[in-house]
Amino acid sequence: MKETGIGETFGLGNRELRVEKVGWWQRLVELVSRNPLVFIFIFFIIFPFVVPYKALATQIIIWGLFALGYNVCLGYTGMLSFGHAAYFGIGAYTAGIVLIRLWQNIWFSLLCGLLMGGITAFILGYLCIKRRGIYFAMLTLAFAQLLYFVGFQWVDLTGGDNGLRNIPAVPLSIFGLSINIYTPLRFYFFVLVFVASSLLAINRILQSPFGHVLQAVRENDQRAKSCGYETSNVRWMAFVISGAISGLAGGLYALYLHFVGIESLYWTTSGQVVMMTLLGGMGSFIGPFIGAGVFLYIEDTLSVITPNWMIFLGPVFVLCVLFFPAGIWGTIKDLSTRRRK
Amino acid sequence: MQLFTGLSLGMLYVLLALGLSIIFGLLTVVNFAHGAMYMWGAFAGAATIAITGNFWLALVISPLVIGGYGLIIERGLIRPLYGRDINYPLLLTFGLQFIMIEIIRIFWGTSDQPFSAPASLSMPLEIFGVFYFPSYRLFLIGITVVICIVLWIFLEKTNLGLVIRAGTRDPLMVRALGIDMRRIWWLVFGIGSALAGIAGVLAAPIRSVFPEMGIAMLVECFVVVVVGGMGSLKGAILSGIIMGEASSITTLFYPQMADIVIFLVMAVVLLIRPSGLFGKAGLLE
Repeated sequence: MKETGIGETFGLGNRELRVEKVGWWQRLVELVSRNPLVFIFIFFIIFPFVVPYKALATQIIIWGLFALGYNVCLGYTGMLSFGHAAYFGIGAYTAGIVLIRLWQNIWFSLLCGLLMGGITAFILGYLCIKRRGIYFAMLTLAFAQLLYFVGFQWVDLTGGDNGLRNIPAVPLSIFGLSINIYTPLRFYFFVLVFVASSLLAINRILQSPFGHVLQAVRENDQRAKSCGYETSNVRWMAFVISGAISGLAGGLYALYLHFVGIESLYWTTSGQVVMMTLLGGMGSFIGPFIGAGVFLYIEDTLSVITPNWMIFLGPVFVLCVLFFPAGIWGTIKDLSTRRRK
Repeated sequence: MQLFTGLSLGMLYVLLALGLSIIFGLLTVVNFAHGAMYMWGAFAGAATIAITGNFWLALVISPLVIGGYGLIIERGLIRPLYGRDINYPLLLTFGLQFIMIEIIRIFWGTSDQPFSAPASLSMPLEIFGVFYFPSYRLFLIGITVVICIVLWIFLEKTNLGLVIRAGTRDPLMVRALGIDMRRIWWLVFGIGSALAGIAGVLAAPIRSVFPEMGIAMLVECFVVVVVGGMGSLKGAILSGIIMGEASSITTLFYPQMADIVIFLVMAVVLLIRPSGLFGKAGLLE
């Protein structure tokens, strides 16, 4: 991004020269990475019409939202969590239980999912933040497993092994109107509203002073500390934000499926979001969505052919860690800038 | 009685946590595939028994196979990642465990595999004339103690052990003295994997053998290692025994809590001693 800034200061002639050398896709990459939000929104509006079926698109943006929340933790603050299933699952169960038992209002149930995700992250975060690096990874995983076992045993509330069934398909009420949102396309755009507002919110947070401190903590914790920031509180806050977004994604997932399975709390869910974020590229807005899209598309295509589809995704992930640690989006961006030099 | 059962479970924890802990202590790699190696150990044992019908042979072959596999993995996949961020080997082994689980699913299916203790160890043993105890569990406790002693002698009394301990403290200095640390790392990863393999065979007769058997175990071992203090062998042994006891005593009184109790113990330990029982604060965070 900086290089283009320098190019522009040289005036029009130079700029035309640069444009000649640079291929169209490089300019596209540059444009997208400069205004990620605009492009994400445009893309998401056409998105459901280009995938094989619309439910897949919905699934991709819900998981993308989850990965986005996860990315606040891993990509922007540098904390490798293996326990985000806890917040996703809690969000899903909370939204479902609220709809079944308390109040059949979609807004309220999603709000509860978001809050419960955040509160759980607040409590568990307090314990996990005490340790860093690999310990953090192990602790988050261990506490997520704890919640899984609690969910498994607490059959009255969660349905245990059978999962939470029969979540009512409540119509959406807005300004006194009630709208049925349960057609694939309508539901997609309903989810998109939440994804878009979360994107805007996270963008706002990351560009605030607090967001810059987050990235300072990722780059050099000691130095951030000596600048006078209470880094453990900063990381804790980032963890809570990340948990809240994951909770929202979980709530949306519960509405989407009308069902919450116990595996939403299981560690495979955490593993899946780690893989998506890394595949797509951490520390960007676009990466998590690309990762979620690629992951779910591969899963969708391969699971028709073989139940052992993980045998293909596993090596893809391993190769990605070995050779493309920046993920798909990071690699595309690297390629386009390297070519220019 | 339940104390002994807990002790035998604790011994499995000890074996796995020791493997994790020596790999971590020296290589600073958290082996997420440790649970999958434990599972492979059990399946390698099952395969050996299916072919030869001999449990003792399985007990020898399985750690050799898994240890050799660990050597290949270290050289092929983990070595390129040294010098990169500490999270990358963790992510890599995390991906690896999915591959390992899928391979077993493809060849063996998802169902439980039969695996019984050898006839010579399957009858209950009378202790103090008061209660009976399955002799296999006693054997398990005994063999773990032997392995721990052998490992201790190896680390404390041999030259190689000296190099390993020195490498844990200051790898740069050891390298400056002209020792190729990479070969030591390679070897230690193999030893850690072999420990996972032997734990798999030993666990097979008392726990069920299926492709996902390593996952829950891996998480429990993380708990053990976090409580004991990462990189501390003493801590791994002590906390393995504590966790085994905690889990099996709760099974007796309040079975619903059995899976949960070790996490509660961990939470309490972390609140009181954030670096674990024997952990050094700030080690590689």
